[in-house]
Amino acid sequence: MDITLPRDLEAALAAAAAAPDATILAGGTDLMVGVNYHGVRPSAVVAIRRVAELQEWEDRFIGAGVTYRRLEAGPIPGLAQAARTVGSPQIRSAGTIGGNLGTASPAGDTLPFLAAVDASVVLRSTAGERVLRWDEFITGPKRNARGPGELIIGVRFPDRLPRRQAFAKIGVRSAMVIAIASCCVTRDEDGTTRVALGSVGPTPIRARRAEEMISAESRPTEATLTEFSRLVADEVRPITDHRSTAEYRRYASGVMARRLLERVLS
Amino acid sequence: MTTLVRPGIVGGVGTSLLRPDGIPKIKGEFAFSSDLEAEGMLWGATVRSPHPRARIVAIDAAPALAISGVRTVLTQDDVPGSGHFGLERPDQPVLAFGETRYWGQPVAIVAAEDHETARRAADAVRIEYEVLAPLVDPAEAVRLGSTFRTIEIRNGDPDAHGEIVVTGEYEVGMQDQAPLGTESGLAIPDGMGGVDLHIATQWLHADHEQVVAALGLPPDQIRLHNAGVGGAFGSREDISLQIHLCLLALRTGRPVKMVYDRAESFVGHVHRHPARMRYRHEADRDGTLVRVEADLVFDGGAYASTSSAVLANGCYFAVGPYRAKSVHITGASARTNNPTAGAMRGFGAPQPCFAYEAQMDRLAAALGMDPVALRLRNALGTGDRIPTTNQVIVGSLPTREVIESVAAMPLPDPETADDPRSLPGGTGLTTPPGAVRRGIGFAVGIKNLAFSESFDDFSEVRGVLTADGLELHTAACENGQGMVTVLEQIGRSASGLQRVTVVFADTSKIGSAGSTSASRQTQMTGGAALRAATAVREEALRRGGGDHLDDAGVWRGGRLVAPLAGLLGDGPIEHLERFRHPPTAKPDAFGRGDVHAGFVVAAHRAVVDVDPELGLVRVVRLDTAQDVGRALNPLSILGQIEGGIMQGVGLAVMEEIVLEGGVMKNASFTDYLLPTFLDAPQVEAILVEQPDHWGPFGAKGVGEPPTISSTAAVAAAIRDATGAPINRVPVRPQDIAFGSPESPVTSHQQAKSPRPRS
Repeated sequence: MDITLPRDLEAALAAAAAAPDATILAGGTDLMVGVNYHGVRPSAVVAIRRVAELQEWEDRFIGAGVTYRRLEAGPIPGLAQAARTVGSPQIRSAGTIGGNLGTASPAGDTLPFLAAVDASVVLRSTAGERVLRWDEFITGPKRNARGPGELIIGVRFPDRLPRRQAFAKIGVRSAMVIAIASCCVTRDEDGTTRVALGSVGPTPIRARRAEEMISAESRPTEATLTEFSRLVADEVRPITDHRSTAEYRRYASGVMARRLLERVLS
Repeated sequence: MTTLVRPGIVGGVGTSLLRPDGIPKIKGEFAFSSDLEAEGMLWGATVRSPHPRARIVAIDAAPALAISGVRTVLTQDDVPGSGHFGLERPDQPVLAFGETRYWGQPVAIVAAEDHETARRAADAVRIEYEVLAPLVDPAEAVRLGSTFRTIEIRNGDPDAHGEIVVTGEYEVGMQDQAPLGTESGLAIPDGMGGVDLHIATQWLHADHEQVVAALGLPPDQIRLHNAGVGGAFGSREDISLQIHLCLLALRTGRPVKMVYDRAESFVGHVHRHPARMRYRHEADRDGTLVRVEADLVFDGGAYASTSSAVLANGCYFAVGPYRAKSVHITGASARTNNPTAGAMRGFGAPQPCFAYEAQMDRLAAALGMDPVALRLRNALGTGDRIPTTNQVIVGSLPTREVIESVAAMPLPDPETADDPRSLPGGTGLTTPPGAVRRGIGFAVGIKNLAFSESFDDFSEVRGVLTADGLELHTAACENGQGMVTVLEQIGRSASGLQRVTVVFADTSKIGSAGSTSASRQTQMTGGAALRAATAVREEALRRGGGDHLDDAGVWRGGRLVAPLAGLLGDGPIEHLERFRHPPTAKPDAFGRGDVHAGFVVAAHRAVVDVDPELGLVRVVRLDTAQDVGRALNPLSILGQIEGGIMQGVGLAVMEEIVLEGGVMKNASFTDYLLPTFLDAPQVEAILVEQPDHWGPFGAKGVGEPPTISSTAAVAAAIRDATGAPINRVPVRPQDIAFGSPESPVTSHQQAKSPRPRS
């Protein structure tokens, strides 16, 4: 196994170019589970944790190497709330937002927020840079559009983030739990509302019909809240697995979205 | 030579002495079995069946042996001796041959120069399987007669009926012991055809017996040594890697080490029996319990393990700590292709407790009676008969006192903190304070102490006086519960000596101490320690011609007459004690007889905050009163209570191995969820001290009672908060969110009484 430990971005891109199929190692919180428990044996590893450029966080750009711990303490409430739900303090100190995107699990905790605000993923290789919107980047469960030799550089947000943001995640333990379902709701002063959900489909899901309906409501009534909840539940595509049932996930998506909407309205 | 001041001992019975292993464990300095090493050591690894049931067509070891550093690959063909093991009957092959019977069953073992090579070699062994349809439904297995044991208990007046009837069906999922230390050990060949095995286990001598039988070796060729145990909870009662390690060491002539990883640990030990239970309770209008009928089906999985004894416990304690005039219990432990079930803390008692306590609450509701009052009306006590076995309770049994103590404890105030971590859903921020409903639930549980049904249950301790004090030699296993500490305390109080040391002896040096399970070591090995230390003291006083013994020596009338070292001039002072509890009997054809050595009760009251809409639960508080006989170390008991309650809370709301067609879907700590500190309730405990008839100083075992009724109490509290029926644990969010309070599965009805009503 060849392991490269680049110290800056240029060296990292060169390493990725030299071994286009290399496994990228950041915090290792997903990769090492694969190595230890699922027989993952990468032929080449590019370890990017020491790459300073990837740790940068400038306003609307968050470097791929920014840890959940930093997100948790950061100024973006929806992302901070989501990051707080990831694993244990040790995991949050190691795991990164770039890793969450790279793994692209349907249960990735930061992904509903990124979907709700229509974040873009910045990819770079020695050949140049690509910017893909979140739904162009995440192509399926644990699948993404990163090409050979490319590194995830970070995420870029639209010029202005919605003022009100709220995130929630359902698990049967009070912390350190994989999401049964998660949800992020944002709302702007003009009423524009966005709803994104995790763990209830192959990729994060935007509940666009529910968004459209509720964005037009300046003062939602009990009836419109109920309708909003119903539309969200209707738009998710959950499965039954060992963590929960499709039926509960669908139902809980509606309950959570409504509660989060009430949170951003309050 | 005179000294006028005789300092008393410190750290005797009744004090909260700290454990000698406590600080080293916290600092990472304690050597667990997984930390052992030997020069020239190989690593072992296990090849496991990926199918719950399959015919083994062919095994090709050549690809593994071709890997550099691989020393051997062994299959059942390489096992001398009987080639089988098992606690109740030797029904499990050391390595599967012909047909595999459960997912993850060992089929071959390998040894290689390092851990990684051993793992790769295990992956490289090529096994051709013909996949067969597994039998995974325990009810179907019982219909087909595929059982390890069936039991029918009939006691009392068969025609007795009560006017008020409640029925219910209940289910308990498969819980795992999940000890933090995975299975591990080190086998060192002695160069003369024998092996020294260093192993984390619960019962050295039972392991020894099975190893020598399976390998066909003379008993003195194999010696088992206690190695540091990282928790057990029943999971180390059965053989896991013991025979594999000895076999690899004998074959290679080199020391061999094995350590299971977390995923392998889940398939490498037995689990708590999943249970399905049907109940019918009948009572008079005044709340007197008249009749209990129950049918219990426990899924024993692929091999016998301790399924017979676990089922027996389930059936004997199917009524709980209550009197009943008429009892009819049927039980079966099913033989399936699910993972093998065996011992886990509570050993068959928690499953029926969940069911009978739900029934008692429903009976109280049907009677319009306070649930605590109903329990008090029917509470068993000394002099009563166990309603199933008809055995008279001769020791202490303060059922009434534990119920009254818990009922009198103050209730906590509603949660007012802003911290979302104190709300259901925790850090997931799912639940606003307004969505929370509080519930309170109450449960009482009963269990036997030590081994039952005529088993020859004993423990050996050798007391040895040295110039430095008293040594207590034992083969008993310290699983982390504090046994070493309590043995030292007993040794001090019995001998008068301050310097008391517990010495772990291997299987060649001393007889069996029995298992560290069944809440028995404080009573059994503690009982042996008490007698051994007393005998040593008496011999020392005889030799010294005095009336008092301490670290200085023997005293007479306030004068030191013989220093400790001087007592040993005429040879060592030793006493080997083999302690037995009062004998027990086999049951008759209908499950009756004096089958148990003693009983213990505990009561729990749970306070939960529930988000009924999302079905999320936070256990706020779990108070308890426990019958301890006499508290030999209150702090240690509190440790058992808090840990046992956490395991009970886990079974109530999150801990379950999810099976699909016999395959585990969550064999990892990612998805097998154990409670974290955020999930831990506040615990207040009252120790009820009524000395028992045979434990040292009147002590009872304390390890299992905290787990028996804590699960039932949480379930009751969730019912109270939500009105959902909650007939299954662990309770899942959908069971609360979709559970319909309007259509409970139980019915309250008038019985068709054969007698005219008065």
